[in-house]
Amino acid sequence: MFPFNFEWAWDVGHFIFMGLLYMVLIILGAGLHIVVGKALLDFISGIDVSHH
Amino acid sequence: MLNWNCDKELYPDGLPRCSLAKFSPVVLIGGALLTWGAIGAIICLGYGLNKTGMNDYFALGLWIVFDLSIIALGAGAFFTGFLNYVVGRKELKDVINAAVIIGFICYSGAVAMLGIDIGQPIRGWFIFWHANVHSMLTEVTFCITCYLGVLLVEYLPLILENRVAQKQRFVRLLSHNFHEFMFIFAGTGTFLSFFHQGSLGGMFGVLFARPFSFREGFLIWPWTFFLFIWSAIAAGPAFTTLIVSLTEKISGRKLIPYSVKMFYGKVSGWLLLTYIIAKTIDTLYWALSTLPRMGVTFHSLYAEGPYGLWLVWLELGLFGWLPALALVYPKVRKNPALLMWAMVLDVLGVIFNRFVFVIQTQAIPVLPFEKFMGYMFTIPELGIAVAVIGYGLLVFGLSYRYLPVFPREKELNPVEG
Repeated sequence: MFPFNFEWAWDVGHFIFMGLLYMVLIILGAGLHIVVGKALLDFISGIDVSHH
Repeated sequence: MLNWNCDKELYPDGLPRCSLAKFSPVVLIGGALLTWGAIGAIICLGYGLNKTGMNDYFALGLWIVFDLSIIALGAGAFFTGFLNYVVGRKELKDVINAAVIIGFICYSGAVAMLGIDIGQPIRGWFIFWHANVHSMLTEVTFCITCYLGVLLVEYLPLILENRVAQKQRFVRLLSHNFHEFMFIFAGTGTFLSFFHQGSLGGMFGVLFARPFSFREGFLIWPWTFFLFIWSAIAAGPAFTTLIVSLTEKISGRKLIPYSVKMFYGKVSGWLLLTYIIAKTIDTLYWALSTLPRMGVTFHSLYAEGPYGLWLVWLELGLFGWLPALALVYPKVRKNPALLMWAMVLDVLGVIFNRFVFVIQTQAIPVLPFEKFMGYMFTIPELGIAVAVIGYGLLVFGLSYRYLPVFPREKELNPVEG
């Protein structure tokens, strides 16, 4: 019942499978936070960009 | 009086679009197909999956053929993203937005259709919570869901680039930063797409009790794992080019330089040629070595029923070798009509391959008292499949109308621009 998977077992299969899933989710989550965070910082700093 | 240009404030900057009256067939056809799909979904969810052609012989039917096909055809998105952001082929910037939209339509359509296919969508989360880590299908589910998220992230900055939205400074900054960090998402998308395209093929290759689809392989991956990736990246760019060319035909405007289409033709051609060589070797090895060792002969698999040997000739010959040889030949690529025809055959080839693996695998008897079967879909089942086409028509049509999908459209159409 750990980590975050009902039938979690401490074996190689679960480590690889769930490990890769969490890695991908962390990368995507971090990427989104960086993008939104940087946009917010730019906004507060008064920076502007031209229309793409 | 009705103003048929009341939405012109939303058009991309400096680009003309047809009136709403001219655009209405897109909405009407798309809406009609979606309505058919909605009625089909109500019937299939309300009365059960026995309203489809699926039965005890066919656990997978038209929807999975459609799913696997559109997922393969949507590979243009990840492959274009990989070539553009990771390899650095900057000329693909002209087509990357269209590839992302097509990929998003394909993947979201496939996930929606799978929601009906599982019978009880309310239990869809079971596959994540009760993950079977030995199942390629679980891996496919995880990767497709995550990749759909990636495609949404890749589509979002384009939506933010709508002329009205861009009037807000924060929206401009957000879309700008999405572009700046897009390599993170494109790279992750490549990883996800690579694995689920492969696992979709691997799913069939590991079916030891089904000699028709069983293949030997490398470590835990049967050869079908690699062949599915290969065929998807050969057909995906061709499908993207065909959709863009169709949009050009309908809109009467040039949207991407012909050199991009030729480049895509060259990429598709060489990938298809190497794929079809590998596929032919795989088929020969399977027929001459794998099957005899499993106690089955090649001809016995095509002995009866609707799916005869002609399928092999069509898949490998007409939809395989012919477009592959045509696309690698520069003179064919320079001729727009021939290039399009070769790409149509390329796309049909991947659809045919997915049909053979899904349907023919299940049509062949595995018990002595069984007979060869044929699959026939029902009208509600067909409705759900074609609803994805209607959905695609609407999403792509609206995106083209209101978003700057093709960055060089103005430059390529100087008179109107």
